[in-house]
Amino acid sequence: MIKVEDLAKNFNGLWAVDGISFEVNEGEIFGFLGPNGAGKTTTIRILCTLLQPSRGQAWISGFDVLKAAKEVRRSIGIIFQDPSLDDRLTAYENLKFHAIIYKVPRKERSARIDQVLEMAELKDRRNSLVRYFSGGMKRRLEIARGLLHEPKVLFLDEPTLGLDPQTRNRIWDYLHTLRSTKNITLFLTTHYMDEAENCNRIAVIDYGKIIALDTPNNLKRMVKGDVITVRTENDDLAQKELGEKYQVTVQCDSSGLHFEMENGEEFVPKLLKHAEIPITAVSVRRPTLDDVFLKLTGREIRSEIASDKDQLRLRVRRIRGMT
Amino acid sequence: MDWSTIYIIWLRDIIRYVRQRSRLYSSFARPILWLFILGMGLRPSFQAIQGFNYTQYIFPGIIAMTLIFTSIQSAISIIWDREFGFLKEILVAPVPRTAIALGKAFAGSTLSIIQGTVMLLFAPLVKVPIVWHQILLLIPAMFLISFALTGIGIIIASRMTSFEGFGTIMNFLVMPMFFLSGAMFPVSGLPAWLKTIIYINPLSYGVDLLRRILLGISTFPIIVDCGFLLAFSTVVIFLAILFFNRGAY
Repeated sequence: MIKVEDLAKNFNGLWAVDGISFEVNEGEIFGFLGPNGAGKTTTIRILCTLLQPSRGQAWISGFDVLKAAKEVRRSIGIIFQDPSLDDRLTAYENLKFHAIIYKVPRKERSARIDQVLEMAELKDRRNSLVRYFSGGMKRRLEIARGLLHEPKVLFLDEPTLGLDPQTRNRIWDYLHTLRSTKNITLFLTTHYMDEAENCNRIAVIDYGKIIALDTPNNLKRMVKGDVITVRTENDDLAQKELGEKYQVTVQCDSSGLHFEMENGEEFVPKLLKHAEIPITAVSVRRPTLDDVFLKLTGREIRSEIASDKDQLRLRVRRIRGMT
Repeated sequence: MDWSTIYIIWLRDIIRYVRQRSRLYSSFARPILWLFILGMGLRPSFQAIQGFNYTQYIFPGIIAMTLIFTSIQSAISIIWDREFGFLKEILVAPVPRTAIALGKAFAGSTLSIIQGTVMLLFAPLVKVPIVWHQILLLIPAMFLISFALTGIGIIIASRMTSFEGFGTIMNFLVMPMFFLSGAMFPVSGLPAWLKTIIYINPLSYGVDLLRRILLGISTFPIIVDCGFLLAFSTVVIFLAILFFNRGAY
């Protein structure tokens, strides 16, 4: 559905995107995970034909992003990072505007508008001015609008940035429903680790390069074993036994013995079977994507917002979300 | 040509205008200030110009002022749309930017004509008699003037990325354009250098055309007024489309 080959973009000598290649299958939820400034938005802007790449090629639904911009634009829907609704218009007027510029046939217009409003649970707010909407409602309306012309691919640039956890969950429920009912391909960027968990596959991007690409589970498995905690009847003896038997570093504290082991779940039965010191409790903690990012880059992904511009953007969104 | 896009871009601006009543009211404040305070204040010190007193004489100029401010402001709303994100929604759509620019130009012209027509309500107060056929002539004249002015606004908006330059534009373009259009004083008897500037200012021909329709007096032949304005709007709209197409967003 999306194919990208050696895509790169240079801004004043700086490679914002530095030779990335990947493919996204039909019906997939594909995530771009990375810190601010990693090149996520630049990639989206190139794929949406808003920006010319410095080199490389990309196709969406078989259309060349560089040569068939109009066809590409018809087959995609975009939810921008910043709000892009006209808040002096009503929900219905915003949707009608979109339907007309995307050439939705006149006969189908009002039926489709009703349909997306229903899906976004905004039917009762159809004729309210958007300026009185909450941040979450605006976001849902933007997603509804993005779907109005029945795109094959929906791009979401930081779809839940600045929204509270309940609203984020609600938007994700909405997106999952959407995917299952419409078989639409979702391409999203995020720097929230828990959000990336919703994806079928994730590309971890840093300094314009893809440094890992896999399913969330494989990513976690790839970099680190699970964290296993056991309690035994005799911790001192057990610590020695585990260390010798499995060649692991075992740390001991008041909550029990901790060590790392690959494929922890498969290891537990083995551990129990061969344990000489009776084990009273076992827990296996999966590594989080935070651990993955740390392992891959040596840095933690910053979920708090770094730059002044982002701060301002967030504040604007909050203020506009409040009214 | 993508008429449905031009139409919806136009309609959106009209809806926004109707909803923002404050914009309507405040747009009268400036011309009223100029016409009644400045005009009345200066009237006693001026002798009649071609049989008209000072407030009568500047009345067409004040309408031109309404047109220039409304047109430029309306086109500048592109910057506002960019700041608040809505421009992206328009620019990423599978529509030619030419249609977007034309929609904006028609919207700006429509709003200017509305504002300019409403200004005619003040005509009886300054004793400028108005007959129906004058209004029928005024509308195309106002369209010609504001279409060109909106074009200028679009060019500015395509080059300007923030509101910081807005004051500069007003001080260095809009106000001089207004002052040097013969709106506030007759051109005859001015020093040659000032005359030259007025002659190359397209708004001068607009003011002259309005004055011809409203008062029946003029500096240039009608063919020169219309010809200059027509040529100027064509060039400006062409440039506006070019700039708008090239602008990076």
